[in-house]
Amino acid sequence: MSIDLSQFFEVFFEESFEGLDIMEAELLALTPGTHDLETINTIFRAAHSIKGGSGTFGFTVVSNFTHVLETLLDQIRDGRRALEQQHIDLLLLSVDCLRDLLSALKAEEVPDEAVANKLKADFESILADGVCGEYAANESEDKPSSTQSSGWAIKFFPFPYLFKTGNEPLYMLHELEALGKLTITADLSHIPEFSKLVPDECHVGWDIELHGNIEKEQIEEIFEWVLDDCDFSLNPIGEVTPSAEVEDTKEESEPSIEPPAQVSEEKKETKPTPTQAAKAPSAVKKGETNSIRVAIDKVDSLINMVGELVITQAMLCQLAEREFDENNVNMLQEGLAQLSHNTRDLQESVMRIRMLPISFVFSRFPRLVRDISQKLNKKVELKLIGEQTELDKTVMEKLSDPMVHLVRNSLDHGLESPEARVAAGKDETGSVTLNAFHQGGNIVIEIIDDGAGLNSEKIRAKAIENHIISENEELSESEVHDLIFRPGFSTADEVSDISGRGVGMDVVRRNIQELNGSIEVNSVAGEGSTFRIRLPLTLAILDGQLVRVADHTYIIPLISIIESLQVDIEKVNNVGGSVEVLRLRDEYIPILRLYQLFKHENAITELEHGLLVVVETDNEKVGLLVDDLLAQQQVVIKSLENNYQRIEGISGATILGDGRVSLIVDIAGLIKLAGLKKPGKQGLSIDSLIQEMA
Amino acid sequence: MTDIATTEEDIKEQSVEYDHEEHELEATGESRQFLTFMMDDEEYGVDILSVQEIRGWEPATVLPNAPDYVKGVINLRGTIVPVVDLRQRFGLDSMEYGAITVVVVVKVSLENNDEKIIGLVVDAISDVYTVKAENMRPAPDITEHANAEFIENLMNVEKNMVVLLNLPRLMEFSQSSAVQATS
Repeated sequence: MSIDLSQFFEVFFEESFEGLDIMEAELLALTPGTHDLETINTIFRAAHSIKGGSGTFGFTVVSNFTHVLETLLDQIRDGRRALEQQHIDLLLLSVDCLRDLLSALKAEEVPDEAVANKLKADFESILADGVCGEYAANESEDKPSSTQSSGWAIKFFPFPYLFKTGNEPLYMLHELEALGKLTITADLSHIPEFSKLVPDECHVGWDIELHGNIEKEQIEEIFEWVLDDCDFSLNPIGEVTPSAEVEDTKEESEPSIEPPAQVSEEKKETKPTPTQAAKAPSAVKKGETNSIRVAIDKVDSLINMVGELVITQAMLCQLAEREFDENNVNMLQEGLAQLSHNTRDLQESVMRIRMLPISFVFSRFPRLVRDISQKLNKKVELKLIGEQTELDKTVMEKLSDPMVHLVRNSLDHGLESPEARVAAGKDETGSVTLNAFHQGGNIVIEIIDDGAGLNSEKIRAKAIENHIISENEELSESEVHDLIFRPGFSTADEVSDISGRGVGMDVVRRNIQELNGSIEVNSVAGEGSTFRIRLPLTLAILDGQLVRVADHTYIIPLISIIESLQVDIEKVNNVGGSVEVLRLRDEYIPILRLYQLFKHENAITELEHGLLVVVETDNEKVGLLVDDLLAQQQVVIKSLENNYQRIEGISGATILGDGRVSLIVDIAGLIKLAGLKKPGKQGLSIDSLIQEMA
Repeated sequence: MTDIATTEEDIKEQSVEYDHEEHELEATGESRQFLTFMMDDEEYGVDILSVQEIRGWEPATVLPNAPDYVKGVINLRGTIVPVVDLRQRFGLDSMEYGAITVVVVVKVSLENNDEKIIGLVVDAISDVYTVKAENMRPAPDITEHANAEFIENLMNVEKNMVVLLNLPRLMEFSQSSAVQATS
C-alpha cells in the first residue's frame, strides 16, 4: 500500500515558495556583524521546513541543497560563526536557486543542478574554514555534506512507540545492508521482563558498523523518517562518539552480541515505510491550478451572509404560501428589500475574498532594490507605505511586471551616483518610495524617487532623433515628460542589462491601460520623479447610475459622480468661444454634451431642460449633459473588446434587468474625446482660459 | 420574442436530408458544409461549423461613433456581441429591417488564437450545402475591388455560384472616427 503523495505537491510547493519569500525578506533585514537571533531563527525554520518537505517528497536535489544552507545557518544561530555580508549574499543567491529548482520540479521538468552545485561548493568552502575544531568534531552536521569515510558507526535506538508510527526498523537495516557490508549488534539491555513486555513496543537498539565508501546522506536518508523517534548517532569509524547519551548506551550494549530480538521479528509484517512511496514521485500530470489563501474571517463573514440569505429565502417562501392580500404586499416588499441587501453583502464578501494586500507585490522590491543598487554602486533606501492596501488578485498579478520596470528605471535612470548626489547637495543615499492607497474606487500606487528627475532637454532631443515629434513642435514640460511612454523611446546613455533596451515605458503604459488604469509622471529636474499608477479596485462589478440620452441608456460609475443638478443657464459661459462652462459655487465646470460626443439624435439639446451630472476623474471635474436620470444599480462589467474593439469614451458594457445591453461611460475617455485634454498634460486644456476669466 | 433560433444540430439535420435528395453532392472525405444566405440576389456562404445560431432581428444597443455598418451590440446569453449589417459592409443599399430579417451569429477563430463572436444581418437564409474541395475555386483576381478582401473562395453548386466569406476579415472594424473638439 503506497500513499499517492502527489496530491500534496501543490501544498508543498505553495508552502515552500512562501517559505522562500519569508527567508528572503528576513535575510534582507539582517545586518552583517550583528546577531539577531529571532531573524536567523525565522530563516532557519523556513529553510528547515523546505528541507523536510522536499525530503518527504523525494526531491533530493532540494533537500540536499537546503541541508548545507541549514548547516551554515545553524552555525550562525549558535554564534559559532559571525554573520558576514558574504553569507547573506550567498544565502540570497541560494534562495533564488531554490526557487528555480522548485519551479522546475513543479512544472515537472528536470531541475538544473549546475547552479545548485556551484552554490553548494561555495557553502562548503565557507563551512570548511573558520570553524573551531572542537565544534567541528562534535556535530556531524557541521561537516561538508559530501564527507565520505571508509565506514560508519551507527547507533540506532528507537523509542518504544516506534512501531505505532508505522515504521519498521528491520526495513531500515535491510536498506543499510544494500549499501555495504554490515555488522549489527543488538542492544537488548532495555528489554523489560516478560510479564511487562508489551508486544507492540520496541525495546531493542542496534549498534551498526557499515563498511564501505558510503555517502553520509545515503545513510541519513534511510533514517530520515525516524530521526525524531529514536536516539541516533552517525560517526565515521574510528572517531570517538562524543555525545554522552550515546556513550551510555554503548556501554550497556557491549555485552550482548545476539541476532535481533524476537520482538522485532514479530513485527515484520507491518506495512512498508512511507519512505518507499516517497522515493517514487508520482508521474501523474496535473494542470496548473491557481489557488488563493483567504483569511478565515473573510470566509466566516461569507458563511454568516449565506445564513442570512437562507433566512430571507425561507421568509419569502412562507409568504408565497399564504393567500395574497394587501398586507402581504408590504411584507413581500420588505422581504425583497432584505434579499437585495443580502445579495449585495454577499457579493461584497465574495469580492473581498479576491482582495489581497498589495504587500504581495511590494515584498519583492527590497530584494530587487538591493541587488540593483549593488550592481550600480548606488546607495538606495527603499520605503514602503500602505502595504496593507487591498486590491483584486487578478489586477495584482498583472501589476507586478510594470512596477518592477518602473522601480528599475527609478534606480537606473532616476537616482544619481553617490558622488553626483553629494555634488548636488543631496544626501548620499537616494530614496525610492512605493506608496499605495485607496482613492475613490481606485487604488493609487506611487513610485517616488528623489533623483535627478526627467531631463526634458534630453527627452526632447531623443524624441526628435527618433522621429516621435518634429523639431519645431511646441510642447509643455509635462507633454515632454509624457513622451517617455511612446513606443521606441529610451534615454539611457548606455544600454545596460537593468533597463534601457528601448522597450519599456510604452509597454508599461499599455499593461496598465489593459487593466483600465492610467499612469502619469510628475518630475521636477534635480528633485526627482513621481510615477502615479491608478487602477480600478476590481475588474468585475461597479455601482452605476443609469442615465438616458435620447432613447439610449448609459451607465455612469456612481463613484465618480459628485452631484446632479439642473443647469441655471445664467451661470453658463462660453470660454474661448468653444467650450461651455458652468459656474458652480467657486468652480468652473466644463459641460460635455453626451449626445454630441456620442452623435445621438433626438436628445434634449437645451441645457436648462436636461440634467447635468457633475463627475470627477483625476481631480478634474466635468459636467455631463443627459436627458434624464434613471435608476441606480450594481452592474457586472462585460468586455466590449472580447468580440468588438475599444470605443473611446466607453469602458465596457453590461446587461440590464430586462436583458438589454447598456454601455458604461468612461469619464477620462470622454474628456479626451471632447478634446479637453492633451495627452500627458496636467489639468484640462481650458484651465488657463478659465483662470483668465476668473 | 420573435427569435427563430436554430441550433447547430438542427442545421446539420437539415443538411442530411438535403444530401438525400441531391446525390451528386453527397458527402465524401474531402468535403465541407456551408450555410448560405441571400443578399441582393447573391448567395453567400460561411462554414457551418462557425455558425452559432440564427436568430431574428431585434433592436441592438447602438455603439457611439461606430462605423454605420455596425448596428450595435446585443446580449447573447450574457455575452456582448456586435451586429454587423452585411449589406452596408459590402456597400450595398441597406434594407428596412422587418420580421423576417435574420441575424447569423458566427464564431470566428482569428490568427492570434482569439475567438470572436459576431452577428451578421442578412436578407434571408438560403440553404445548407455539402461541397467537395474540388468544387471550390479561389477568388478571381479582382484585388482592386473594395470587397475582394472579404472573399475567401468561390464554389459552384449546380449552376449557382456561391461566395464564401472570409470571416476574419469581416472582424476588422475600421477605427471609430474620433470626434474633434465640441463646437
